[in-house]
Amino acid sequence: MTGAEEQQPSGRPAEAAPVPGPRASTPAGEPESGPATAPKRTRIVLAEVSRTGDPADRTRSELTQQTPVGETLVQGLMRAQLSLALRLSLLVLIGLGGLPWLFAIAPAVGRVTVLGVNLPWLLLGVVSFPFLIVVGWAYVRLAERNEQDFVDLIRRPER
Amino acid sequence: MSNGYVVPAIVAVTLVTVGIGFYGLRLARTTSDFLVASRAVSPTWNAAAIGGEYLSAASFLGVAGLILKYGVDVLWYPVGFAAGYLALLLFVAAPLRRSGAFTLPDFCEVRLGSRRLRTLATVFVIFIGWLYLVPQLQGAGLTLATLTGSPYPLGALLVAVVVTANVALGGMRAITFVQAFQYWLKLTALAVPAIFLALQWQADARPAVTPPDGPTFRTATTVVVEHRATLTLPDGDIREVRPGDRLEFAAGDPVPEVSGAATGATEWLLPDTAGEDDRGLFATYSLILATFLGTMGLPHVLVRFYTNPDGAAARRTTLVVLALVGVFYLLPTVYGVLGRIYTPQLLVSGQTDAVVVLLPGAALGDGTTGRLLAALVAAGAFAAFLSTSSGLLTSVAGVISTDVLGRGSVRGFRIATVIAGAVPAVLALNVSGLDVSQVVGLAFAVAASSFCPLLVLGIWWRGLTDLGAAAGVLVGGGAAVGAVLLTVLGPPLSGWPATLTTQPAAWTVPLAFTVMVVVSMASRRRLPRDVGATMLRLHTPESLRL
Repeated sequence: MTGAEEQQPSGRPAEAAPVPGPRASTPAGEPESGPATAPKRTRIVLAEVSRTGDPADRTRSELTQQTPVGETLVQGLMRAQLSLALRLSLLVLIGLGGLPWLFAIAPAVGRVTVLGVNLPWLLLGVVSFPFLIVVGWAYVRLAERNEQDFVDLIRRPER
Repeated sequence: MSNGYVVPAIVAVTLVTVGIGFYGLRLARTTSDFLVASRAVSPTWNAAAIGGEYLSAASFLGVAGLILKYGVDVLWYPVGFAAGYLALLLFVAAPLRRSGAFTLPDFCEVRLGSRRLRTLATVFVIFIGWLYLVPQLQGAGLTLATLTGSPYPLGALLVAVVVTANVALGGMRAITFVQAFQYWLKLTALAVPAIFLALQWQADARPAVTPPDGPTFRTATTVVVEHRATLTLPDGDIREVRPGDRLEFAAGDPVPEVSGAATGATEWLLPDTAGEDDRGLFATYSLILATFLGTMGLPHVLVRFYTNPDGAAARRTTLVVLALVGVFYLLPTVYGVLGRIYTPQLLVSGQTDAVVVLLPGAALGDGTTGRLLAALVAAGAFAAFLSTSSGLLTSVAGVISTDVLGRGSVRGFRIATVIAGAVPAVLALNVSGLDVSQVVGLAFAVAASSFCPLLVLGIWWRGLTDLGAAAGVLVGGGAAVGAVLLTVLGPPLSGWPATLTTQPAAWTVPLAFTVMVVVSMASRRRLPRDVGATMLRLHTPESLRL
């Protein structure tokens, strides 16, 4: 995902490309005399011109200048990430943190054996590690999705 | 026991480590070389390097020793050591990388802009680093004494001198490749003998781990007691033993009950239950809190996150570290459990931390296979001492030279390294009675009650002020430090005071968070003016290029 993000052009060029208007106006019937002799016509657009009124830039400066709108946007991202982290920690808190309490109030659970091994040994010695890894994996996916949503919001604020 | 392969294996690991360090140093001369080169490293390599630095003597020797001694309740150590990386991933990894801070004192300055807080953080980094270095040296002394019969101080001093000289002369400067190599070496050194041990256990017709009549000696054994203890012999006699006492046991004799260890089958096999005594449960939750939240505050862990190119990569690296560390922690349990069968004499002698290095020889006999595997384990153990203590020493010497001595020169760094290495060496000579993992547990408790609230609140709460942060670190961290000093240096305690000081995290961590929040709210006027800009930097993805 990181690699993909790196390759994606940042903002402006990506939006400039799919605009069909100027491209279509290029003369379609240009004689194919040979690329070596007649270089193709290149359209040069001043960066300043394309920048004015770009809604993505307006949002960007809201962020960097910390206007109330920008602050709200960042706080929204922070809240999303924090609530994700807290929800997953709650899962671990119940899944792992509940075990000593469970073993303490229900000693019978500790005596259950699976494949000849007592359940507490199996749960703590083996199962807890894949469990932690799965929670971590889910967090990485969901946190990256939150960030992608934020990036999309900044780049295409009208949506 | 004399094993001709052990010393060459230890020497080889040391030479390879020092050698790669110096070779790597020739490739990367400047700070920027080091950082930029590291950034070309994939998350997998970087993660193996973090794992290599993290898996210390406590993980390699201590966890198995604790399992042998106390049974199921201490399985929370490996679970917590791994889960610490999940907490790091969920709350700290990406924002910390985006903050651009290299060390914890750096983070204090970036987030709260206070020089005084920076100094306070420096003091805690040094304390935690030293506390964590002691058990590494202790483990080295123990391993060398067990395998070659040398006196305990020799091994501890040897590793202290090798590591200090190596760091001071510039080798082993957190070169990713060395640390990654150490991870795979440690994993191999535990995994390969574990397979042989499991096969041997099968071949011995699967002797029961907890026989109904309690553990017995498989062979005639002479035990030399290392720690004062009270033994309850099978015929009901109670006997006090002191270091140096020799006890003879014939093959088939039951292992006497040892005070302090869980010798009985049910006590060892089954978790603590609720009842008249809730100290066990409190200690378990305290341990969980310390290990889950302490990892993020360890000085040598955070430094490595700077080598990630961006926040997203920091997250991925942490996830891979979690997986690598998780795989490793499946193994110590095997040693602890099989130790009940093959090396019960360690329960009597008190040297339970030696179970990992003694088990291959004890279970597989004195043949070539047994000797080679014992040498492999010894090599892995030395890899653990060298890599973790080098990482720690580099971090501690770094903050001493920049924040205490106040000069960034190479000479200053060398002086700082010698200071940073000498103190734990002296301490290590005086704490041989403590379990390796317990001392490490105390370091985690201090980190969890000082840096964890600082990092978590600093990253997620705008309202944190420098005054609040300092008060929280001083009160919470100070309480944990007090508990540690009382445990290590103070008189022996019993009952609740003992539990509250040996496992302090359950009360010091909430205390630190509360003080930090309350004092910050009372000192609202001191909110840093650039908090909005800092939060923007910590939380927005780099791909926006703001």
